[in-house]
Amino acid sequence: MSLSVIKAGLLDTIQDMGRNHYGSWGINPGGSMDPYAAQVANMLVGNCNTEAVLEIHFPGPQILFEQNAMIAITGADFSPMLNDEPVPPWQPIVMRKNTVLHFPKLKWGARCYLSIHGGFRIDQWLNSYSTNLKAGAGGLGGHPLKKGDSLSPKESVIYFAGLLRKDKNSRVLPWRADTQKTYRFLNEIFVIKGNEWDQLNASAQDSFLENNFIIHPSSDRMGYQLKGVEVSMEHKFDLISSAVNFGTLQLLPNGQLIILMADHQTTGGYPRLAHVISSHLPKLAQLRTSECLQFSITDLQHAEELLEEQQKELQILQRACKDHLNELVCRALT
Amino acid sequence: MRDWLRKQPLGGIKDIIAGYSSVSLLYDPVFIKKKYALTSTVFEFIKEKLEEAWQSSPAKPTANEGELIRIPVCYDGAFGTDLDHIAQTKGLSKEEIVQYHYERNYYIYMIGFLPGFSYMAEVNKKLLMPRKINPVTVASGSVGIAGSQTGIYPLQCPGGWQIIGRTPIKLFDSEATVPVKLTAGQWVQFYPISKEEYES
Repeated sequence: MSLSVIKAGLLDTIQDMGRNHYGSWGINPGGSMDPYAAQVANMLVGNCNTEAVLEIHFPGPQILFEQNAMIAITGADFSPMLNDEPVPPWQPIVMRKNTVLHFPKLKWGARCYLSIHGGFRIDQWLNSYSTNLKAGAGGLGGHPLKKGDSLSPKESVIYFAGLLRKDKNSRVLPWRADTQKTYRFLNEIFVIKGNEWDQLNASAQDSFLENNFIIHPSSDRMGYQLKGVEVSMEHKFDLISSAVNFGTLQLLPNGQLIILMADHQTTGGYPRLAHVISSHLPKLAQLRTSECLQFSITDLQHAEELLEEQQKELQILQRACKDHLNELVCRALT
Repeated sequence: MRDWLRKQPLGGIKDIIAGYSSVSLLYDPVFIKKKYALTSTVFEFIKEKLEEAWQSSPAKPTANEGELIRIPVCYDGAFGTDLDHIAQTKGLSKEEIVQYHYERNYYIYMIGFLPGFSYMAEVNKKLLMPRKINPVTVASGSVGIAGSQTGIYPLQCPGGWQIIGRTPIKLFDSEATVPVKLTAGQWVQFYPISKEEYES
């Protein structure tokens, strides 16, 4: 009993919150590009936020559910449909078996997340479900979803058929995540200064902050190549390679910038001008190629406060979802 | 420093990575702030830990105590695709390049860039070569030189190092219990093998 892939999407991979502690082996954490959407997807269906999710790009896959299930779709809006019925993102949905999930139209954002109640049944590699495409390991055998693949959820004790009306194929459950705060002012990305920020003269620093940058089509899970005004350092020098992170902004020899994303390499030798603050990574992950962004500097204290705020909201959401789900299941049983 | 940090009972640490001349701590600020009830920024807290690590670690690296790993390399032209280019550029014969490469041991400073990719130094000054401007597809196991470093590509990928040979040893195996064969702090000794030995 499982989900089977009728048609593969552009890039669908199993991800979780990342594979930590193996950077010294050159194995980078990977994980969901939009960690907020991935966590909310799990929370909406009552999962721990460490369960695997399916990260989906556009064009998305077509997936046949061979059993009743409870799912949630968060992040980008690719107009999800169950057979020919549209379903909303950011809300849990109970669905009947033999239903096909598909994504006919891109409306907003760059990647969405599919969760299933109970979590996907996948083997971990080095303590994580995340797919490492370079290493060809983790997730579904280290590769993106392809036609004919199947996924199974772990065991669930909920009797989903009992939650569906006899004449209906699906039921959207009435609680939803309020994501307005996380994604507002999508194009404004806060950064903190990097180690090599002071190597830029004042006019280069101003130019960096005053100008828009466009996300080049060659951008992917490894990094966003930015096109825009050339940023130059007075004294060019080679850096000795050291660790870099998701959100690090590097200055390339040609004066252009790259933002390292989820599948970044563990180490790098280019100057680190700035780092995108963690609470803005979800926004960054939902910007599409050819969209533009503008940077603003903030300090570490503010960056930490914003992250704390975001995490607090997530904790409240998680408790609320668990309560709603328990109540729903109890009512169905009585 | 990294080893000292690893022994500390610090919650919320996601990774500790040692570079050539740096140590990086990746951490979860929300978890740490809550656990240690911090009033300053988590950054300040982590900075203090790193400073403590710096003070507490032995002054000299215990480099000489690292394990020595012997790696067989076939330096045949079919595998050492840039040997001709290096020979022309440096005015050396291919045999000289090969000998200068394997006759000294190399210290692994760090693993990075790819799973199991080792950065080792220092090559004989006669072999110093820049990276290629345009990377080409490099076969798994290829042994290369860039600047004063030598290293081995554990996977097939685009690469810019000058390739002088190939090893049949698997530097990265996702199915092994320890997927990565080499780690920072070890020493590597290359030794030449023939094409027949490579193929067997």
